[in-house]
Amino acid sequence: MSGQPTGTDRQLPPITTVVVVSMAAVITAGIYLAAYLPTQAPLPLPTALVAVGVVLFLVSAVMLTRLREFAWFRFRQVGGWVLLAYLVIVGMLEFVLVIDQTRGTLLALLTVILLIFALDIPILLGFSVARYQEARDSDPA
Amino acid sequence: MADVTGEIPLAAPAPRVGGVNPALVTIVPLRALPLVAAALAFLVTAVIGNWSWALDFLHVAGGGLWTGVDLFVGLVIGPILGRMSIPARTEFATRFMPKMLLIMPTLVIVTLASGLQLARLTGDLAVPYPNHWWLVASFIVVGLMAVIAIGFLEPANLAVLFELKKPNPNGQLIGRLMRRFVYTAGITGVLQIATLIIMTRIATW
Repeated sequence: MSGQPTGTDRQLPPITTVVVVSMAAVITAGIYLAAYLPTQAPLPLPTALVAVGVVLFLVSAVMLTRLREFAWFRFRQVGGWVLLAYLVIVGMLEFVLVIDQTRGTLLALLTVILLIFALDIPILLGFSVARYQEARDSDPA
Repeated sequence: MADVTGEIPLAAPAPRVGGVNPALVTIVPLRALPLVAAALAFLVTAVIGNWSWALDFLHVAGGGLWTGVDLFVGLVIGPILGRMSIPARTEFATRFMPKMLLIMPTLVIVTLASGLQLARLTGDLAVPYPNHWWLVASFIVVGLMAVIAIGFLEPANLAVLFELKKPNPNGQLIGRLMRRFVYTAGITGVLQIATLIIMTRIATW
């Protein structure tokens, strides 16, 4: 063995933590908005929470792009399929919102919440799997 | 992304871990996907048609199964799993976790989407405070469960399955991840008890 850290014991940036906090921020915004249904909630607080979620998502994306020696094939494989699955799920939730006549700023904010949710999860799951794989772990085919 | 199902053997002569050939570990059971598609199609039909019986059925059946599975896994299977040897745990995980990967997200989306629509139809969404707090409490519990399940439980589940596919899986890593799976399943199980209390309160106000 080379003595270098393997895929299972090397230090990586706190991408999981950042993405989980991003997800928690947009979910909290969603709960706040839902608590006022069927009337519209005041928007400043949920907008601020969504902004935090977006910024943390971008931070996690930047941290990802700076990774060297990472199992990118596995990340893309898991993240790609999870993204597809969550786009279907989020699409259904968006569909329910539109059917229920949600419109305007509220719909825009809820759409951003769903979008960040659908983007956070592929990063989270892709990273959680790929971090334990060897960096040279490429397409076995 | 083509082999995410894991049904294509990755390596020919692979050692057996816990009685399971890692090359044959399945990540997503493809044969069950039509059932998922059927459940989602039923959900869409019920939402479009504001079909109150179907929405009620999907919310009660989906929620009951979701709660039941979470409680059973968290409070019954989990502690048993925690006392099993690592080879036994890995063999169990190989067969159990791919099914959970399809069952749980389907139950969650069906329960939440039909529940929101049902609450709108029945007027429960418009109920004034202080009773409205029960709805808010249910949103908070679901939000907590989402963060725990997606942030900690599901990543551990997937990472175990991919570890099992390696020619030489790391038993210690699998044990650590399984422990995280069991703890988080226990926490969501306890949160499901809160859901039961809230939902039965809402149904009887």
